[in-house]
Amino acid sequence: MIGLGVLNGMAVTLRNFIGSYFIKERLITVQYPEERETLPENYRNFPFLIFDTDDVEKGLRCVACKICEKECPPQCIYIVKSEDKKPDYMGKSQFYPRVFDIDISVCMSCQICVEVCPFEAIKMDKVFELSRRERFDALLMRKEELAKPNTYYHNIHPLEAAEVDGKLAEAAEAKKKKT
Amino acid sequence: MESLEEIKARAERAVPGAKITIVPNPGPANQPSLLLDNEHATAVVQFLRDDSELRLDHCSNATGVDWLDRKVSKKVKVKKVVEGEEKEVEETQEDLFPGYLEAVYHLYSMTHKHGPVVIRTRTKDRAEGARLPSLTPIYRSAEFQEREIFDLYGVRFDGHPDLRRILMWDEFVDYPMRKDYREPDDYEYEPTPHDEVLEKAKQHQSTRPELDGAEKLTARS
Amino acid sequence: MSAGFHELEEAPPLMTSRLEGDLLEVSMGPQHPSTHGVFRMNVALEGEIVRKLKPVFGYLHRNHEKIGENTSYLGSMPYTDRLDYFCSMTNNWAYALSVEKLAGIEVPERAEYLRVILAELTRLQNHASLLGFLLSDMGAWGTPLMYAFREREKILDLFESLSGSRMMCDYMRFGGCRCDLPPGWMERARKLVDGFPRFLDEFEKLIVSNEILIARTQNVGSLSSELAINAGITGPMLRACGVNYDLRKVDGYGFYPRFKFRVPLGDHGDCYDRLMMRALEMRESIGILKQAMEQLPAGPIINPKVKLRAFKPPVGEVYGRIEGPKGELGFYLISDGSANPYRYRVRPPSFVNLTILEDLCLGHTVADVMVILGSIDIVMGEVDR
Repeated sequence: MIGLGVLNGMAVTLRNFIGSYFIKERLITVQYPEERETLPENYRNFPFLIFDTDDVEKGLRCVACKICEKECPPQCIYIVKSEDKKPDYMGKSQFYPRVFDIDISVCMSCQICVEVCPFEAIKMDKVFELSRRERFDALLMRKEELAKPNTYYHNIHPLEAAEVDGKLAEAAEAKKKKT
Repeated sequence: MESLEEIKARAERAVPGAKITIVPNPGPANQPSLLLDNEHATAVVQFLRDDSELRLDHCSNATGVDWLDRKVSKKVKVKKVVEGEEKEVEETQEDLFPGYLEAVYHLYSMTHKHGPVVIRTRTKDRAEGARLPSLTPIYRSAEFQEREIFDLYGVRFDGHPDLRRILMWDEFVDYPMRKDYREPDDYEYEPTPHDEVLEKAKQHQSTRPELDGAEKLTARS
Repeated sequence: MSAGFHELEEAPPLMTSRLEGDLLEVSMGPQHPSTHGVFRMNVALEGEIVRKLKPVFGYLHRNHEKIGENTSYLGSMPYTDRLDYFCSMTNNWAYALSVEKLAGIEVPERAEYLRVILAELTRLQNHASLLGFLLSDMGAWGTPLMYAFREREKILDLFESLSGSRMMCDYMRFGGCRCDLPPGWMERARKLVDGFPRFLDEFEKLIVSNEILIARTQNVGSLSSELAINAGITGPMLRACGVNYDLRKVDGYGFYPRFKFRVPLGDHGDCYDRLMMRALEMRESIGILKQAMEQLPAGPIINPKVKLRAFKPPVGEVYGRIEGPKGELGFYLISDGSANPYRYRVRPPSFVNLTILEDLCLGHTVADVMVILGSIDIVMGEVDR
């Protein structure tokens, strides 16, 4: 009978419509911003810098080796290396970044800077509500805005952070044994 | 599938006068290619497509490659008369290999499910002589891809039914995929705080003649 | 300096700007809701009938290939996500596969299995959303599209929890994958795969026997197998014409030869066949997924010999291709031994599939053009590059 196919389709939409009141799977939208879904652990958005201890300046893990700046595909990282050295959180004398800027209007969240960093100094953040009124300066993240404590990292990526901490502790242990 | 040498021999037999060279490909991929001469390229490709054993009926990929002029310097021992006696003197000779543009096609067979046979054609030079025979009459799939090569590399395909720019706009001058292409820095200028773009734009502005004292573009530092 | 365009012989005009007899010229797009992005068609109409059609594109052109030649091999990986932004996983795989061929890199077994799983999930979500889009092009506005997107959303959630991003996954690396599965991922994926046939049944009930859909798609935009082969058409569009050519079977890349699956074939090559091809392929994908999840071995996820930084493949060239959801996705790379490829070329399936758009549309009405375009399945990010 002509029209039966259409009626069949209508039955499907009707079932979905009624079902959306009772079955959660049929209605999966979330009323953002009132309701929020929890982000998965691996979620990544823009990079940030980690510092240990409480002092941003002293504890910054970055030693301004500029590997991430070189490897960044859209070239959104800008680093100026310091002339002097200062002790890092482990007490070793290191260079530090005098300027560390990330232009997040250019960044494409590819995570390559995180992968190439030999010092576990740069990690991916989960903040995504970053709308600004201005396009250029406001979206240029300076060192002060980028630096976040290790505890924050533990908060957003608990499994990964624990693994990284373990690795760092192991390396420190090995170094101690050597000397 | 038969080896490339056999294909070459058979194609040369089938198309009298065709000159085919095997271009070796070092490296683990091992996909050597056949270099066809421009006069007989269409006939050879027609043979490759219609030969019952090969039946390379699927032209998967067509693309251009730009090879710039190359200077290769090598040391040569030359016999020379120096201070009355003959001596062997080392001299550096510079060989100039003129640049050319290349069109590369990857042919597969859907009937026999084998491939790829890579064929390439080369232009005489990178300027007026950048002409190649079009394979579009044989493979329809080359139609847009050859237009793209024309658009981005500037190879003129003889026998192409509709050779126009495809990705760039019609008024665009120059060919952006060529290795010596220099992008103009006077359009889409946008100051990103730390960028070569800004530096470049500054240079550009300083060389530009002043527009009867009109506004200078102020670049943000 | 090379000769400019205008100095060369006069190029044929895009389309004559005067009225030819009773023909009416219409520019469809680039901001048309059914053109799947910024795609324009210059159409000459005789009444409602299409007499001439010239596709115009390049609005999204960013010279992806030039960017690829100016960044390192690794640096191009996130850019491949942005080619066909529906299927970033398969784009990653095609690029990784080509570089692995170029440098002769082995991939661990677990990584290969994961690649198969992710590629098939990508195929599911691409085909599902294609069906939704196609129906919405036909005027069945939001409903089927939303049903399709509901399923797609679940798959994107899986991608997000694995790679950190829903669409720009950037997950694969040369010689394997970037990170291992997070805890609980496999169970979620199994649940999704088990529940997917129910969605397919429902969706097919919604569309397959619908008289309006049949009237709109059957015998519309028929493509002969000879023309399809000659025009380099690949993917579901080719198989809808009855040509048995699936790179998963022909090339046997990845671990596809280990899985049992059939290649669905159409026989008319019209829009209806193309549409059903996607539905059938999804069923086969579910079969592959089930087998791959069953067999997934433990082990390393990436070849430790491959350097992440300063990766320099040996001199040579390669053409690597995979069966993407839209067709044959190939990468042609020439290495001169440095850190950047000398030539980096993408063979985009939807770009080549558009070659025969005019042939398909001639003689049909304007409304059919949208259906035909929808059934080709294009993404402008890939067409324009």
